Formats: sequence, structure tokens, C-alpha cells
Amino acid sequence: MSILETRALTRRFGDLTAVDSLTLSIEAGEIFGLLGPNGAGKSTTIKMLTTLLPPTSGEARIAGFDIARRAADVRRVIGYVPQMLSADGTLSGFENLLIMAKLYDLPRADRVKRVRDALAFMGLGDSADKLVRTYSGGMIRRLEIAQALLHHPPMLFLDEPTVGLDPGARRAVWELIRQLISDKGTTILLTTHLMEEADALCDRVAIMHLGKVVATGTPQQLKDAIGRDGATLDDVFIHYTGDQLLDSGGNYRDTTRARRTARRMG
Amino acid sequence: MTQPEHAVPPAAWAEPAQRFDLAGMGRYLVRFVKKTLVIAELEARKLRHDPTELFTRAVQPALWLLVFGQVFTRTRAIPTGDLSYMDFMAPGILAQSVLFIAIFSGITVIWECDLGIVHKFLASPTPRTALVVGKALSAGVRALSQALIVFLLSILLGVKINWNPLALLGVLLAVVLGSGLFSTFSLIIACLVKTRERFMGIGQVLTMPLFFASNAIYPVEIMPGWLQVLARVNPLSYQVDLLRGLMLGGIEPGAALLDFGVLLAVFVILIAIAARLYPRVVI
Ligand SMILES: Nc1ncnc2c1ncn2[C@@H]1O[C@H](COP(=O)(O)OP(=O)(O)OP(=O)(O)O)[C@@H](O)[C@H]1O
Ligand SMILES: [Mg+2]
Repeated sequence: MSILETRALTRRFGDLTAVDSLTLSIEAGEIFGLLGPNGAGKSTTIKMLTTLLPPTSGEARIAGFDIARRAADVRRVIGYVPQMLSADGTLSGFENLLIMAKLYDLPRADRVKRVRDALAFMGLGDSADKLVRTYSGGMIRRLEIAQALLHHPPMLFLDEPTVGLDPGARRAVWELIRQLISDKGTTILLTTHLMEEADALCDRVAIMHLGKVVATGTPQQLKDAIGRDGATLDDVFIHYTGDQLLDSGGNYRDTTRARRTARRMG
Repeated sequence: MTQPEHAVPPAAWAEPAQRFDLAGMGRYLVRFVKKTLVIAELEARKLRHDPTELFTRAVQPALWLLVFGQVFTRTRAIPTGDLSYMDFMAPGILAQSVLFIAIFSGITVIWECDLGIVHKFLASPTPRTALVVGKALSAGVRALSQALIVFLLSILLGVKINWNPLALLGVLLAVVLGSGLFSTFSLIIACLVKTRERFMGIGQVLTMPLFFASNAIYPVEIMPGWLQVLARVNPLSYQVDLLRGLMLGGIEPGAALLDFGVLLAVFVILIAIAARLYPRVVI
């Protein structure tokens, strides 16, 4: 049964078509990876699916709710961790979660317990009452994931969940994502430009380039499809998107944001 | 595949009913008030971690009263009827200092948007209006520290304060309302310009005309005709009028209600605009 479906989902910014006629279907319980170079349209896709950005045309449904007509219902069944840092550095980790618990109407009786449990699950029990400003990058990401999961959403969106993290912290986030799937059956749509990450985590991936999906399948299927022995997902990526090393997209504003994020986290 | 304890949206959470449905509207109102208070609580918690803001807010009104006020009281250049100039300007300076801080408060939204904090709130089921009113409310409460310092200095400077408890309550309400109004105005500007640089520029361009085209430090009667017109449509004038009448005493209840009514109406209109624009900061 698919929990998320899009049909010809499109978003234009002036002349630029950031997301071009995207048609996707994600099964409940899947980890689905949206891959693509800078500026491919990954974040724009996620912003439309999380009801932040109205599509120019096309449609999408999450858990049966249309993202345009039933936005309020969609917001209740999704969790979202933006690409930038979304935890509030001037509050403690506990307070960050408590505010969200109240906004999502978690029952008062077990609100505090659920917040504490979520912090413990993410390995943040000891730092719960410290200001988030003092957290490491990996801790902040885990806090944000905890925050997005407090209301037990069946569908979770993670926009570049490991950007700016060191290899150890990155693996810790991967481990958490796997555990979520096995414990709670949460469906996950994540974006990344790390092929290693997609290979390690995702059941299926779609490669986006200039707003269009150019390939979809399991990582193995994609590797087999380019007809080269011992192909890695890196080869697949370059095969479909061209060599982006010299000519990488993405705009100045996004890049400065990602950099600033990385610096604040470091 | 397992599908454990996932939240299913209860029916009460549906969008506000289109048809006339009193119970539905009641539920929506309760929910709206609750969420507004959560947003205000969030701001209060930030303030608790770092209360320096409450002290820095006190600097500006102190300087205006001690320096500008003292000098102009001596020159007797401005005709203020039976009132001493110090009495006349103290409420004006309270309104002015609240305006000066509120008008720049919108910049935090640009900052939160660059981070991704706004995205997180907008993807949650919180009503947009609650996000906006919660921010306005917290701006209003913060401004009370300015009321406190202006009152303290006014006592020291011998301003003849009206200690009627009802009037004092009115002063607090007027400060909260004025601060909420101008901080919502600031939020609207932030949502339109989206960058810090443009925002600071526009904020500076707006502050002085709002201040000088008002009755804060001189009476409307001595202004040239065109400025009088501006002063009469300037919400700050209504706030000053209200504060002056309440703080020094002698305002007619009808006049006070009219001032409150004008401020409240402008506030509601600004909230409606801000709630529409706020979701667009992330685009
Ligand atoms: N608000 C906006 N206004 C104008 N153009 C935009 C806006 N947001 C995104 N774009 C453009 O749309 C395209 C897709 O951007 P998007 O952020 O979706 O890319 P991405 O795949 O997430 O890239 P990255 O890996 O850098 O995060 C880019 O060319 C970007 O410049
Ligand atoms: Mg992106």
C-alpha cells in the first residue's frame, strides 16, 4: 500500500522549473532516497510535500490526504526535519521538544514522559537540560529527529539528515533511522547527495537532475542497469547527472545556509 | 508490516467549519488560544535563559527622559498648556521607546527563517494566526519592562503620575497593545523584504516619520496642516494620547475607549495580513 503518491508535481520559480512533473509512489515502511546534485529540486519537492510551498501544478497525497486541499490533515501525519538547523539554540533540548509536544497536542498526562523517552532514545538523556547552543552537530540532528517524531507520524521527511556531520555522527544517525523503521514502521523520505548513504540506508532511490527524475529503482537495480561490471552508486549518479564536479548547481543562498549550518554545528 | 500507535487525526481537528457551527467555532477558538499561549511560552523561555534584553530596553527611554527631557523642560520652547514639558513628554517617550524596539523585532523572523525554525513551525498543525499573535503577545509583555523604567524615572523627575489602579492597568494594556501592533507591522515588513539588510534599511526609514508625525514630543496643534493629517492617521498618536491621558489622569472614558478601539482595530487588521504573509517567508 502506498503512503505517498505524487502525480506530475511541478513547481516553477519564474522561468526556472525547480521540480518538473514529478511522479512518485512510496510504500508504507520504505526508506526512499531522493538523490541529486545541488539544485536538482530535492528540497523544493520536500517543501511541497510538507505543505510549505504550494505546487504550481500536479498533485500529491500523503496517507490519503491531498497536500493542497487537506493541508491541515497532512501536517498531522508527517514529521519534517529541514535541511537547515531547526532546533532553537537559545532553548534547552528538553524545551525544544516540550514546545513541539504542546503544539502537536500530546496529552498532558504523559507529555513530559514522552519527551524524556524521546530524548533517551536519541541518546540525549544527559544533555536534555543544556542549551542546544552547546550541542555538537550530531546531537542537534538527533534532537531534531526526536522533535519530528514526538507525535508518532507515519511519514517522516529528512532533508539531508547528515549534512555537515562527521563519519561517526553520520553512522549514528543511520543507525537511528534503521531502528525507527524496525521499531515503529515509520516511512521515510530522505534526500542526500552521498551515494554511500543512499546505498547503506535506502530500499529504493530516485535520482533527480534539473528538476526531473531520471532513474528510479533499488540501488542494485540501478547499478545493474548502467551495464558496467562492479558499478557503484557513484557511477550510477555520474551516469545520470553528468560530472557535476566542475559545474555544480545550487544557488548562493542555499550554499551559504548550508555552510552557516555546518559552522554553527561545528 | 507493523503499523503501531500512529496518531490518527481526531475529527475535532478538522479545519474551521465553513457552515455556521457554533461548537466547531468554539473548539477552534480554544485551540487557537492554547497555541497562541504556547508560542508566547516559547518566547518567555528564551527570555528566561537570557534576560539581558529587558535591561537594554531601558537605556533608550532613560536617555530621552534624562537628557532631551531635562533640556527641553528648561527652554520652555514647546507650548504644552497647563502641563510641564516633562509631564507632557514622559508618556510620549514610553510610546516612542516601545515603538523603536517593536519596529525592529521582525528581524528575528528572518533569522529564524535562515535557520529553518520557521519551516518546522509551519509544517506543524499550528494555526498561522496563532504563530503571529503569539509573537505579538510576547513582544507586548517584553515591553512592560520599558513601562517600568519610564515610571521609575518619572517618579524621580517629579512627573505628576495618576495612581488610579484602573488607569495603571490601562497603561499596561496600552503598552502591550502598542508593542504588539508595531511588532506585527514589523513582521509584515520582514515577510515582504526577506533579507536582513533591506529590513534594517526600511525599519530605519519608517521609524522617524512614525515618531515625528505623532504627538509624542510636541502637541499636534503646533504642527503644519499636512503633518497634522499624518499625525491623525498615525496609530502611535492614539497610543500616546491614551498613555498621556491615563498616566497623568483626566482622560474622558469615551476618549479612552475610542483610542483603544482604534489601536485594536489596526492590530486586528495587521494580524490578518501577517497571518497571510507569514507562510511565505520560507518560499
Ligand atoms: N524560493 C526560491 N526562489 C527562486 N528559486 C528557487 C527558490 N528555491 C529554490 N530555487 C531554485 O530551485 C532549484 C532547486 O532548488 P532546491 O533547493 O530544491 O535544490 P536541492 O536539490 O535541494 O539542492 P541542494 O542539494 O543544494 O540542497 C535551484 O536552482 C534553486 O536555485
Ligand atoms: Mg536541498
